[in-house]
This record gives sequence, C-alpha cells and structure tokens, in this order.
Amino acid sequence: MTLPSALDDWFTAQGWVLHPHQRAMLDRADASSTLLIAPTGGGKTLAGFLPSLAELAGGHSGLHTLYISPLKALAADIRRNLRRPVEGAGLPIRIEDRTGDTTYTQRRRQRSDPPHILLTTPESLALLLSYEDAPRIFQGLQRVVVDELHALAESKRGDQLMLALSRLETLAPGLRRVGLSATVEDPPALAAYLGERTEILTADPGPDADISMLDTTTPPPWAGGGGRYAIPEILNEITRHQTTLIFHNTRAQAEIFFHHLWLANSEDLPIGIHHGSLSKDQRERVEAAMVSGALRAVVCTGSLDLGIDWGAVDLVIQVGAPKNIKRLVQRIGRANHRYNAPSKALLVPANRMEVVECHAAIQAARAGQLDGEPRGPGPRDVLCQHILATACAAPFAADQLYAEVITAGPYATLTRPEFDDCLNFVATGGYALRAYDRWQRLMLRGDTWGLRDPRAAAVIRQNLGTIIDIETLKVRFGRGGTPLGEIEEAFASTLSPGDTFLIGGQIVRYEGLHDMTVEVSRAAGRDPKVAVFSGTKFATSTVLAGRILDIFQQPRWPDLPRHTAEWLTMQAEISRLPEPGRLLVETFPQDGRHHICIYGFAGRNAQQTLGLLVTKRMEAAGLAPLGFVATDYATLIWGLEPVTDPAPLLALNGLRDGLEGWLSGNAVMKRTFRNVAIVAGLIERSHQGRRKSGRQATFSSDILYETLRRHDPDHLLLRLTRDEAMRGLVDFSRLEDMLARVGGQIDHIALNRVSPLAAPLFLEPGKIPVDGKGRERLAEDAARALLRAAGLE
Amino acid sequence: MSYDFTLGPAQLTALPSGALHWPDQRLLCVSDLHFGKSERLARRGGALLPPYETRDTLLRLQTDIDTTGARVVVCLGDSFDDLAAAEGMDEADRLWLLRLMAGREWVWIEGNHDAGPTDLGGAHLADLSRNGLMFRHIGGQGDDGQGFEISGHYHPKVRLAGKAYRAFLLDDRRLILPAYGSFTGGLWADNTTLQTLMGPKARAIAMLPGACVPMPMPRG
Repeated sequence: MTLPSALDDWFTAQGWVLHPHQRAMLDRADASSTLLIAPTGGGKTLAGFLPSLAELAGGHSGLHTLYISPLKALAADIRRNLRRPVEGAGLPIRIEDRTGDTTYTQRRRQRSDPPHILLTTPESLALLLSYEDAPRIFQGLQRVVVDELHALAESKRGDQLMLALSRLETLAPGLRRVGLSATVEDPPALAAYLGERTEILTADPGPDADISMLDTTTPPPWAGGGGRYAIPEILNEITRHQTTLIFHNTRAQAEIFFHHLWLANSEDLPIGIHHGSLSKDQRERVEAAMVSGALRAVVCTGSLDLGIDWGAVDLVIQVGAPKNIKRLVQRIGRANHRYNAPSKALLVPANRMEVVECHAAIQAARAGQLDGEPRGPGPRDVLCQHILATACAAPFAADQLYAEVITAGPYATLTRPEFDDCLNFVATGGYALRAYDRWQRLMLRGDTWGLRDPRAAAVIRQNLGTIIDIETLKVRFGRGGTPLGEIEEAFASTLSPGDTFLIGGQIVRYEGLHDMTVEVSRAAGRDPKVAVFSGTKFATSTVLAGRILDIFQQPRWPDLPRHTAEWLTMQAEISRLPEPGRLLVETFPQDGRHHICIYGFAGRNAQQTLGLLVTKRMEAAGLAPLGFVATDYATLIWGLEPVTDPAPLLALNGLRDGLEGWLSGNAVMKRTFRNVAIVAGLIERSHQGRRKSGRQATFSSDILYETLRRHDPDHLLLRLTRDEAMRGLVDFSRLEDMLARVGGQIDHIALNRVSPLAAPLFLEPGKIPVDGKGRERLAEDAARALLRAAGLE
Repeated sequence: MSYDFTLGPAQLTALPSGALHWPDQRLLCVSDLHFGKSERLARRGGALLPPYETRDTLLRLQTDIDTTGARVVVCLGDSFDDLAAAEGMDEADRLWLLRLMAGREWVWIEGNHDAGPTDLGGAHLADLSRNGLMFRHIGGQGDDGQGFEISGHYHPKVRLAGKAYRAFLLDDRRLILPAYGSFTGGLWADNTTLQTLMGPKARAIAMLPGACVPMPMPRG
C-alpha cells in the first residue's frame, strides 16, 4: 500500500521521512494481525495509523479504525497529534476520542454517528460493546490499533480487551489488528496474546542507553527509602538538564522526596509532582506545565510510565531499586523521545541493599538481559464479567460465545467445562444450594441466555472494568474545601485529630472525617506522619535476585561504593551474608518483641507467603506472632515469644499440603477474593454519590469470603481466588523453588540486636498483622488500659 | 468468655456471639438478624450473593439457645431483610427456624425492615416490656426518659488495636445490641447519633472471637 499523494506531499513539506518500520506497516496493511515492537520515540503510533489514513483518504462511511490505549490522556493526545497530518493533507477523516471523561451528549452522538477513527480505552470499549446497538456501531470496522500492548498485557485490562476484540471480530469479520509494544522479553508470547497468526515486526532499537549510578557525597542511609540523601546531587542534575523525570517506586516515597526536594530548592527551580493519588485537576496541571516546557523536573511514580510524548525530557532518574530490568529499560526510554539519540538515566539507590540491586540491574541492562514471568491463562473472573456484559447487549447462544471466546489469545486454552462454570456462576450464582431459581440473573429462553430483568443492565454497565481501586477517602481542606487527593481508608482509620501527613507535597493536619471525606488543615510541622499509599508493588525479578546473591559471594566489592562494601563486610562479621542454595535466618530482640528474619531472596510476594506460612506454624507452636513484613529479600516476623529453632518452621515437607487450609484464612486471600468478586460481578463497586453513608455501610467482602468457605468451599470464586493468589500475591511456586534449592541447609544466627542487613526491614510499610492469640492478648491489654485511664477499673 | 453486667433491675450477660442473655428470665435476645438479605438483593436484579447467611445465622442462634437453655427468645427487629424475604425463605431454613421456636416463647419486635407480621408464628409486637426492661428496635424512640431499655438497629462496631469488632453499647439506662445476622455491616460507635443517644459514661463491649471485652465507648 502506498501513501495517498496528499499525505505524501504533506510529509515532504514537513521534511518528514518515514522510518523503515513505518513503511513496513504500510506494506503489510492487509495482514490480519501484526505486533510492532519499537522503542519509545520511534513513531510507533503513527506507524499503526498509516494504513488507516491511507485507506480513509479515499473516503469511508462509518467507523473504520478503533484505537485503544491504557490511558485516557493518551487518547486525547493522539487525537491532537493525528489531526495535524490529517488536516494538513486535507484528508476527509473524522477523529474523536471517547473515554470516561467524554460528555454524555457526545457519547450518545458517537453511538448514532460514529467517527472514522475512534480513540478509546479498554473500559470504554467494553461499555460500548454492552449496548444493544453495538452490532450497528461496529459493523463496518476495518482495523483495531492497540497501543502500549506490553503494559495492558500485564493486567486484567488486557484480558478484558482481548475478549472485546473477539466480540468485535464477530461483529466485523475480517477485522485487522495491530499491537504496538515497547521492548519485551518474549515477543512470540505477546504476539500469541494479541491473536492467532500474529506477525511480529521489530523496529531498529536505536543506540544503547547511557545508564549509571548517581555519585553522591553522602552515602545512602543504612535503612529506609526515598533517596533524600541524594537531593543535592539530584538538584545539580536538574539544573544541568532541560527536563528531568524523577521516578519513585511508591507514592509515599514520591511525596516525602518532593517535600524535601522543595525545601532544598534554593534556586526555586519549577518542579512538580505527579502520582495516582493526586486529584485529577492537580495531575492535569502538572501534565500541561510539562508539555509547555514550564517545568524543569517532575517527581513521579508509575503514573508517568506510559503515555504522552513529553519531548523535552533528557534525563530519567530512578530513585529506589528498579525491581525489574524490563521496566527499568522501558522507563529509561522516557528520556529523549528523539529516535536514534541515546536515553540517559541515573539510578539512585535508596539504601545500601539497593546499591547492590541497582548495580545488578545496570549489569543486566548493559548485557541486554530482560526479565519477566510468563503469563498464565486468562483469568476467569474477567470472563464472567464479559459474559454478563455480552448479555446486556443481546441474548447469546452459549456455543457461539464459547467459540468466540477461545479465539482470544489469553483464553485459547479455556475448556468448555471451564466456560460453562463461568456461565453458570453468572446465571445462577453457581451455588451448591440452588437458591435463586426464581431470581436468576440470566435466563435460558429457547436457545439463548439473556438478562432476567433487563433493568439490571444499567447497574451492570456501571460496574464494568477490571481496575480495582483500594478503598480510598477524599482529602479536602476544611468542609467543602479544595480537594487534595485521596488516602487509603485503612490509613485514614489510623489517624487521630492533630496527626500530620504529606499529600501533594504539603504537610496537612488531620481534623476529622465527615461524610466520607478526610478534612485537613495546613500544618507547619516538619515531621509528618506519612500517608501509606499502596502503589502497585512489584517483586524483584528472579534474574535480579540471583545477580544480587552472586554479588554477595565476591570476596571483595571493588565495583561497589565503599560505604556499601563496608556494610556488607560488617554484615559478614556480625552475622553472615546470604548465599545461593542456603537460607540465612537471624533471630534477635528489638523494641521489646522477639524477631526472626528470613533471607529468602524470593521476591516480595513469595516472601510474604513465607511470612503467612511461618506465622501460622508459630501460632500453632504457641509463639504468639503479632505480625510480619516482607520485602523482596527477606521476611521479618515479630512476636511475644522467641524462636529458638527455626528449622521446623521452614520444613518444606507438607508445606503445599497444608497450604490450602493455612492460606484460606489470611488477609492476602481475602484481598484477592475481593478483587475477584468485584470483577466477576458478585460485589457491586461503591459509586460516588451512592457510597455507603453511616449505617447503610455495606458489610465487608471478608464476610462473603468466610461464608463461602464455610458453606460452599468448592465455589467457583474461591477456586479463582486460589488460582489468582497462587500466581500473583502468593507466588507459592517461587517460594517452593527457593526452599527446594535450599534443601534444609539453614544457617541460624542468634543475635542480641538487629543485624545490618535486617535494619532496613523495620522501616518497610505494609506490615501485616497476624490474627491470633498474640493480637487478642494485645487487644485485651489495650481495652484494660483504656478502662484504667477512664477510671472505670 | 461472656461479660456480666447490671442494667437497672436486671443481671445480664453479653455473649461473644452478639446475643444478650438474661438468666433470671431464661431469656435470650438477639437483634438485626436480617434473614433473607441475599434473596432480597437477587430479587431486585442485583448480584447473587452466597445464599447462606440465613443458615449461618441460624446455626449461631441454635448454639446460643442450646448453651443458655433459653425459654424465651426476643428478636429485636430487622429479623427479616424485608417481609417478602420472610415468605421467600428456603424451606429447610424455615423448618429449622420453626424447630427453634417450638416450645419457646418467641417475640418478634418490629423493625424498620420488617414492620408487619409474618406467617411464622410467635408474638409480633412493636415493643415489649418485661420485668422493668423495655425491648424495642430503635433506642430512644418513644422513650419517656425513665426506665431501662434494650435496643438494636444501629449495628455498632468499635476499633481495638487497629481492628474492627462488633460491639454492645451500654450506659446506665440503655443497652444497644450489635447486629447478629451474618451479612450485616456496622456503624462506628463514635458516630454522632450514637454519641448523642448514649450517656457520657457509656462503655462498649467489643466482641472479640470467643471473648467479650469491655472498654470505654469511643468518643469522637
């Protein structure tokens, strides 16, 4: 296929020359499915659109191309970028975006009179497909372009989207797909995810990135996170570059860092902050300021991992260990969006352990070694939602829907019984007790399944989507004041009037909770109690963890900064260093509690599971564990009694057998169940304005979980919860691999105080309480103390 | 571990299940059972919740009746999530409930969810006065400022060491019971309504698993 002459002329007038991969996309315009892998700045998106522009130049009636991006902002940005060549070349093409922010009137009009190119998100597409008029809207659709496919494929949003594409394929047979992706470790797997017979096109990756560790006068702290110590050097780098992105792994750390960066910013450099807990207004202001070049730096989190081409960014600073080499490489790609110019990045380890991890990550990135865990089959809670949404559009035949679903990459191996299980759950609840014969959600009428009560469609549509928000509360200055952002409900419940915390870079004082809003005032304090935003936590990859253990085995560490080399030496003297194939366990008293620290290096999730399993065994042994915290390297457990022999607590024998019973009662499983139940449609999400007020408080998903466990232990949602937890939050296989490698070779070191390596764990957020005798003892003590204080006893 | 206390003329016991026992009268009192909640939601076209909350609640009620040997059972209102839920009750659950009722004096106090008689037998009353105690659904409603009152309705809960527990609220005139039903949420005890209703010296009795723990009522 060739470019229409008007477009060709316009490109020539702009001095634009097509990249080889852009040309190749035109050449393959007829391919049924193509995956384009190209670095950031390579004109990937335009490459995806060129065949559409060429075809549309000759005129077309109705919807021709659907573009799907994970970010609403990206859809709007692409619309602006596409309009330039389209309007410049005078092509008769109408381009519109449609997201949750699009007005009701415009959305209605788009359904009756769709544009040629519609830019949208997976959630908006799922919603469109649930309308009765979906067949009419999509009947003439020719092409679908999925942007940032590598990111979508990492979450249920991608699975939902692939199901939507299978639906579209039925509505518009012969539809062609294009996936656009950054560099990934396993392109064929991503191609299979996008669809059968997907061809892979790889663009020239461009020059190697320039990555190094930031040199600082002050060594990183012994413990903690956030990289405050490096502020002078980071400010210096900001002044030496045009625009710097400063990535942090968590929102809380971004907040603290920004606060201190601002205090040290004597030159008043314009610096902003951007993360997912800030109010939309605030984020949009920062984005606009960046685009206009008004900011010299932005402190951010994964919220800026994707999206808009910031253009002028010439330095990326990663504060804290990157956890995963692939994400580091993709993040570095944010710097210098000019193709064929090397990206420049600096790593700032937040503490001494992270010095080692950053060192390992730079080695791996230079060696071009990417990491990533293979994806399991598509999650069935997403399928349940898809079935329900499909019924909202029109009654369907089970055979046909099954045949359609297995054309979606992630569901290619779905069996018919597995599908029927999901259909049965959606229709009847899927309970052993057949309680809802009169009130089924879907009814089989003739050969097709449809909604029993068509009025239910509105509520079902409101609950579409697979992004599960942690329950948060809005934060405002005073009653009805300026919104500042959101904090987790669990964090809010720990606040008392007078407590201070950071949000949006300012310290605020907690005044009270009214109408589900946290009211705050400005505070002058310098030592805030920090908001525990739980951003997504990634586990350090197996590749990185292995490299770290290898570094530990060196006799000396001439490549590492001296302070870190000395710290490792100290650990080796006071205790010892973890080794591959052995398991180091330290025990020591601290703050009046007994602690046990297990260095498994199995990644955060597996270390967390280890915490759950070991505390269960401790509870049974009467050691009264109170809680634990897990990092990528270690699990730290505290309790009322000392552990003198850790070996029996860690015996692999029977660990898997006992896993089920052990895990089922814990908080991780409950959290996973909540996510599964919301996606599958068992729990309707609270909506703004419809949110619980006072006594109408909905009972927690924990109660549903417990009830199902007691009365219907084989229920589909419990099985899905187990599957998901085993793959994700539980990551049992990685734990099992580690314990198998160790094979009982446990080195127990009893110390009289915390070791250098264990110290950072005390400052980790995400402590998990253990519900057991220990906690009951504390709750009773707390109640007694309150009674005494009140003079009641 | 239960918790014994005095309200006016009566020696009472709070049970860790959330039930109230009055040994002198061989009386057991429970509040806000919300039988049939999942059925009601399904009928309205909503999600199909696990249909087990009724038997889950009945199981605990049976245990409490067995251990206390109660001859009188007072259900303090909102026993059914609505009146249709009472009619739509699963047959096995209904027979179970009738077995519990058989041979006992059974009082259904009306609540805002179940204002009206059901066909289950027992006495249906707006409120019940017995040996110096007044039993009603909503505390303080129709109160003459005298006497001693047992009520439900609010589903109070408290925090202890960072965790939520259902709780009884008690002052020198009033006792508010926690919700007994399985699928019931709660209202924090520091809510304004409860703060106003309960006297300044009120205490809360938190229901830890297997133990009732007294504490001062949390104040906002």
